[in-house]
Amino acid sequence: MNRNDLGPMAVDRRDFFKFTGGGIAVLVTLKDVDLVAAGLEQQRGYPEDFNAYLRIGEDGRVTVLSGKIEMGQGVETSQAQLVSEELDIPLDQIDMVMGDTDRCVWDAGTWGSLTIRVFGPALRAAAARARASLVELASEQLGIPAERLRTSDGVITVDDGSRRVTYAELARGRRIEHRLEGEAAVKAVAQFQVIGTSPKRLDRIAKVTGAAQYAGDIRLPGMLRARLLRPPVHGATLRSVDTSAAEVVPGAVVVNEDGLVAVLHEDPEEAERALGLVRVDFDVPEPEVDNDTVWDYLAAAAPQGRTRDEDGSLERGESACTRVFEHTYYDNYVAHAPMEPHTALASRTGDSITLWASTQTPFGDQRRVAGALGLEPEQVRVVTPYVGGGFGGKASSGQALEAARLAWITERPVQVMWTRDEEFFFDTFHSAALVKVRSGVDGTGGLQLWDYHVYMAGTRGSEVLYDVPNRAVVSHSADAHPFATGAWRAPGANTNTFARESQIDIMAAAAGIDPLEFRLRNASDERLRGVLEALRKAVSWTPAPAPSGRGWGIACGLDAGTYVALAAKVSVNESNGQVRVERVVCAQDMGVVVNPEGATMQMEGCITQGLGFSLMEKIRFRGGNILDRNFDTYRLPRFGDLPQIETVLVKNDDLPPQGGGEPAIVCMGAIIANAIYDACGARLFTMPMTSADVRAALAEVASG
Amino acid sequence: MRATIRFRLNGRDITLDTDPNRSLLWVLRTDLGLTGTKYGCGISQCGACTVLVEGSPVRSCGRRVGQIEGREVTTIEGLAAMAPAPGPSGVASQGVLHPLQEEFAERGAFQCGYCTPGMLMEAFGLLAENPHPTRVEIVEGMNRSLCRCGAHKRIVEAIEAAAARM
Repeated sequence: MNRNDLGPMAVDRRDFFKFTGGGIAVLVTLKDVDLVAAGLEQQRGYPEDFNAYLRIGEDGRVTVLSGKIEMGQGVETSQAQLVSEELDIPLDQIDMVMGDTDRCVWDAGTWGSLTIRVFGPALRAAAARARASLVELASEQLGIPAERLRTSDGVITVDDGSRRVTYAELARGRRIEHRLEGEAAVKAVAQFQVIGTSPKRLDRIAKVTGAAQYAGDIRLPGMLRARLLRPPVHGATLRSVDTSAAEVVPGAVVVNEDGLVAVLHEDPEEAERALGLVRVDFDVPEPEVDNDTVWDYLAAAAPQGRTRDEDGSLERGESACTRVFEHTYYDNYVAHAPMEPHTALASRTGDSITLWASTQTPFGDQRRVAGALGLEPEQVRVVTPYVGGGFGGKASSGQALEAARLAWITERPVQVMWTRDEEFFFDTFHSAALVKVRSGVDGTGGLQLWDYHVYMAGTRGSEVLYDVPNRAVVSHSADAHPFATGAWRAPGANTNTFARESQIDIMAAAAGIDPLEFRLRNASDERLRGVLEALRKAVSWTPAPAPSGRGWGIACGLDAGTYVALAAKVSVNESNGQVRVERVVCAQDMGVVVNPEGATMQMEGCITQGLGFSLMEKIRFRGGNILDRNFDTYRLPRFGDLPQIETVLVKNDDLPPQGGGEPAIVCMGAIIANAIYDACGARLFTMPMTSADVRAALAEVASG
Repeated sequence: MRATIRFRLNGRDITLDTDPNRSLLWVLRTDLGLTGTKYGCGISQCGACTVLVEGSPVRSCGRRVGQIEGREVTTIEGLAAMAPAPGPSGVASQGVLHPLQEEFAERGAFQCGYCTPGMLMEAFGLLAENPHPTRVEIVEGMNRSLCRCGAHKRIVEAIEAAAARM
């Protein structure tokens, strides 16, 4: 194969090769370019040199340089705790710098609950190496063996208290060039003084005073606000555009280059008004799919599946069953809807660009912007201020590229802040999906068969979790959506867990076994049993087969290395179908907990946010037209929807810290579906479970 | 169309020569450099842009700057000065926060923080109307303000705690 096989795209040849362990280059298809680029980036890994992660200033303050970003999940604080612990420096002497491509450790992106789980060990190890190096330097300077030196609060003291030297005196604000001779082991759990405690969040004062800066809050002299011309629907093509009326608006700057049409003005409302003067004609394609046909459409587009897990024989499994259950579960498109819309400010200086962006992928933006402008990555600096929510949606940051292109063209600082309409229109939605499950139990309530096909949601969260001797888990995924979809807090796991845990509940009910008991009977995984037992205790669970009329539902899940078991208590108004979630209890095993209060806030956030896709959130669309474009029609969970929330962290200090930002959300659909069934005997198979769906399901029950 | 518009902002007199049809939100954020007040939806549906006009919460995105002529406007940047126990000078000293701000900070009643200024202003208005609300009244009073991170539980608790102190 040669380069010509790849077509005319001007992409560096290196991008097309995936280097395997043996050094053999494997050519991949064009469609995989981004995946390969991401793969190459992953291979960059985290550096050994601790100077890349932190600096000790002349004043003794420690600056931590993390490639992660803070979007509300609290990792600014928990990362500082890791450094505080391993470096023996007080938390209040740490300054966090995050997501600045010129200063911070490279990182692929803030997603997947990876910050503490995967970057955390690298950061801890770097801080431990820094501490060990400082001790060796102190040993040289003081002429005292390292074994006799103690570190505490940024000071190294001889064991008899005779002499001391501070980190600041040793480092003097410079890089620490020191080849470590001894070991630099991270601390054991028993030695922890900072990890496992809950200091208050470092961002708390900035965020309650309005001082916290987001990308839209940064001001540069001469800055213009841009409003961009948008297609009315996805898939529309621009036929003609006439910007002459906008051009004469005083103070307006009009850009019309390579499909990028924008009106810029110092006042964003004036830019908006001038954009309205642009005369434009689009070719709009006929819609091929809408909310009513989406699942048939996706099923028809689904490719041959890829088997994720299989064992035994489905045929043998079926013959071992006394009952077999076959159901399909459906999920809709859901918006991320962060309160801060995608925003970026770009400033060009000569042949360099600096961007302040609300993004989950500063280093990815750097690469994309450099690529689009024909620059080297070093000519692009991305700075990430506080991000006003992401949930996966800001892993895609088209606004950064828009701001960069406009600043490049106009040679003035340009801020792009998507309107709420644009935020909905360009969102990379949680994917609509369907899951077909055929499963069965033997006469004792033992699972014998699990034949599971997921369409379009991917494999995350599709583990069987339970002991099923005869099983197959198959994923059918393709990019067949009429608009962009992408990672949405625990991507796919919300769909998969809804399907699995609903199906388990259906079997438990049919077997006449309490749903908690049924799960324990079929689970040998100790951590899974641990969270179920913790949940039993927290709820004071009294066993009863569903439907018991009480309105309790449970589910369990595994995400980002963390096990969760949740229970919901609901009431169902059988006359209008309205479901009220009264109480949610969550038990979570996430290994060592760095900041229990922070972890609890994430669990609470997951539970509250998860009410949305479970009960009310769904993007309505017709073809490429997004019908819900603001909060007047797209309903988020509100204060009035808030249940009583209780959380339990299951102690498991034998395991390093696992993910905390996403796991508790994955069970939300299933606990509510199972609780509705327990309350009234109506089984819901589609998320969101609206009151109309509940009424329809109740009518089905009544008609027998 | 331009006009001279005068109003009080966080205890100071402001005079602007501008189009009175512009939204208060963008005048605050651009001309006056007060970026604590956030854009969220632009149609008065989310509450991120909430400020106080004459002590009552309003959505600044839906309010024209001409409508606040002669009025008293308070933004998040002015909330600390509204603390009920001001310092000896009658002005809250620097570093002093309103009890709502303190309780939001200490109880982690925020995550990403983007809705927080609007939440605080809405809560201030709620307590001004009803200094000792029940939990149900807090939920009702805050129900028009959106938070996507799911900090609701702690926001309710922070408002309860602040009310108990005030």
